[in-house]
Amino acid sequence: MQTYTDDDLRRRSLEYRRDTLRAIKAAGAGHTGGSLSAIDILNVLYNRVMRVSPENFSSPARDRYVQSKGHSVEALFVVLASKGFYPASELDTLCDYQSHFVGHPTRKVPGVEQNTGALGHGLPICTGMAIGGKLDGADYRVFTLLGDGELAEGSNWEAAMAAAHYGLDNLTAIVDCNTLQITGRTRDVMNAEPLAEKFEAFGWAVRTVDGHDIGELTDALSAPLEAGKPGVVIARTVKGKGISFMEDNGAWHHKVPTDDEFAAAMAELDAALAGVAGASQ
Amino acid sequence: MSAPAPSMYSADAQAVAEKLGLSLGRPNLEVFAETLQELAAGDPNVVAVTSDSRGSGKLGPYGKALPRQIVEVGIAEQNLVGIAAGLASVGKTTFAVSPACFLAARSLEQIKNDIAYSDNPVKLIGISAGVSYGALGTTHHSLHDFAALRAINNLIVAAPADNIEARASIRSAAALPAPVYLRFGKAPLYDLPGDADFVFGKARLVRAGRDAAFVATGEAVIHALLAAEHLAATAGLDCRVLSVPTVKPLDTKAVQDAAADCAAIVTVEEHMVHGGLGEACAALLAQSGRVPKFRIVGIPDEYTVTGSQADIFRHYGMTMEGLATTMRTLLGD
Repeated sequence: MQTYTDDDLRRRSLEYRRDTLRAIKAAGAGHTGGSLSAIDILNVLYNRVMRVSPENFSSPARDRYVQSKGHSVEALFVVLASKGFYPASELDTLCDYQSHFVGHPTRKVPGVEQNTGALGHGLPICTGMAIGGKLDGADYRVFTLLGDGELAEGSNWEAAMAAAHYGLDNLTAIVDCNTLQITGRTRDVMNAEPLAEKFEAFGWAVRTVDGHDIGELTDALSAPLEAGKPGVVIARTVKGKGISFMEDNGAWHHKVPTDDEFAAAMAELDAALAGVAGASQ
Repeated sequence: MSAPAPSMYSADAQAVAEKLGLSLGRPNLEVFAETLQELAAGDPNVVAVTSDSRGSGKLGPYGKALPRQIVEVGIAEQNLVGIAAGLASVGKTTFAVSPACFLAARSLEQIKNDIAYSDNPVKLIGISAGVSYGALGTTHHSLHDFAALRAINNLIVAAPADNIEARASIRSAAALPAPVYLRFGKAPLYDLPGDADFVFGKARLVRAGRDAAFVATGEAVIHALLAAEHLAATAGLDCRVLSVPTVKPLDTKAVQDAAADCAAIVTVEEHMVHGGLGEACAALLAQSGRVPKFRIVGIPDEYTVTGSQADIFRHYGMTMEGLATTMRTLLGD
C-alpha cells in the first residue's frame, strides 16, 4: 500500500470534502452533514489501514468495510473513486436516472461490499463476515461504520452481544458520533450514551478518539484493540465538519448547498488546502 | 421413533391413500435436518445458523457431529439473517434456520436487504411452517411468508410437498448460488407419486387428468391428491393434480396448460388466501386470457381457529372431503 504522511491525509480529507460537496451539489441531493463527519475515518481506513484496492477486491483475503450508516454514501463514493475503483467523473451521474450510483451503498458500484441504507444492518453482517474469517483461519479484518443515531436500532445490540460471545477481535466497529440526527440532538431524540460503558458492558474493547484527528484514528484502527474481543472506536466527530456554516448544524443533515453556499464552502476548503504543508492544488 | 397416527387424514382418506399404495414417510423437518447433516459432513464449507432453534429444527445431532459448522446466535432473528448474510458473503454455504413465523416477519428487512438485494446466497429455512404449531396460535403461524417473500426480488420461495421434494430442494438450494427460502412442517407426510426430478420453478405432475385441476403447494398437496382420487371414485371426475413446490418463480406453463385443458382449477395452500400460490395463479391466468372456473383454498382472512394443524386443515376445508366438495361446487354439480 502507498504510504502517506499525516499531512498527505489531511490534504486528502480536504479534497474528499470538496469532491463530496461537488457530488451532492451536482446531484441536487445527498447527506451533507454526515458525509463530512465521516470523511476522516474513511480516509484513514482506505489509505492507511485496510488492505482493499481494485486489484485485490475479488480476493477472499481482502479486508472488508461495510458502511452501515449508508446515507453518508457520497463520502464513500468519493473515497472509492480516489482508490481507483472507477473514474471520479462517473460520480457526476449520482442519483441520475438509470445511474448505478444510487443514493445509498450498492454493489452495483465497484468497491462496495454490501448494500446498505436501512440502519442497523451493518454490524450483524460484519459479525457474520468475522465469524467466517475465524472459521476459515483467515487474517482479514472487518470494519463497519455506524452512526450514533443508528444505535437506537436494536439489531445493533443483538450483533454486539454475538460479536463479544464469539470473541471477534477481527471485527472493528466505528461510531461516527456526531451527536446529531435528522430530528435533533441524539441525546434528546433517543439517548444512546454512555456509549463506551454500554459497549464495555457488552464485552467489547473500547477506544474513544477525536474522529477528525488522523493520528488518533490511525492509532485506534491500525490493529485490533484487544485480543479476543471485538473493538469499537467511538469517534467524536462534528457533523458538517470543515465548512464553518455547516458544522454542528442539524439543518445540514441532507440539505443541498445553494450556489452561494457552495461557492463559500469551496472557498473555505481551498483556503484550508493552501494551509496544509505540501499542498499541491 | 414411529410416526404418530396421521390425524390429518380421516379413515376414508387413509383408505384412499392405501388404495393408491402411498407410504407414510417422515416429517419434512426431519428430512431437512438429516439432508443438511449429510451435506455438511461432506463439505466443511456448509454452515447452519440457528436462533435457539436447533432443537425445533431437529439439528441436535448435526450440532453434536459438526460443532464447527453450526453458529448459534441466540433468540435474535434479525441477527440470524444478518450474520448469515455475512457468512455467505465470505463464501460459506449458509443455511439460516428459524421458525418460519419469526424468520419471515421479524427478519423481513434483513431478508429483503441483506440477502435478496445484496445477492448473498443464503438458504433461509422456515421450520414448523404454516400452521404446524397448531394450537400455539397466530404468533407461531406463518400464513404470510409466501406473500411477504414473493414481493421481494431475487428470492426463490418454495414449499416441498413430501420427503422426496424436501430432500431434493435442500440439495438443489445448496448447489444454487442464489438466495432461497424453503419451508418445512412437522407432520409425517405421504410420499407422492409422479416424476421426482426436482428443479426450482418446475411443477410436478402428481396425477394426470383433464376434467379439472388441483394446483397445490407444500403439505397441502397430499389432500388435493386424495380429493382427486375420491372424485374419480365417487363422481367419475378425472382431476389433474399439480404439486407446485416453487411458489416463486411459478411454473407458468404448467398452470396455463391446466387452465387450457381443464374446466376448473382449485388452488390449495397452507397459507392465507392472500398473496400466495392461489393469487399468483389468478394473476397469471387473468393476464393470459384463459381463466377457467377458479377457487383459492387456504386460510381465510380471519383470526385462525384454535386447534391442531389437523383441526385447522379440517376447519377450512383443506382435507380430502373438503376439497372434493369445493371442486364439485365449483363445477356446478
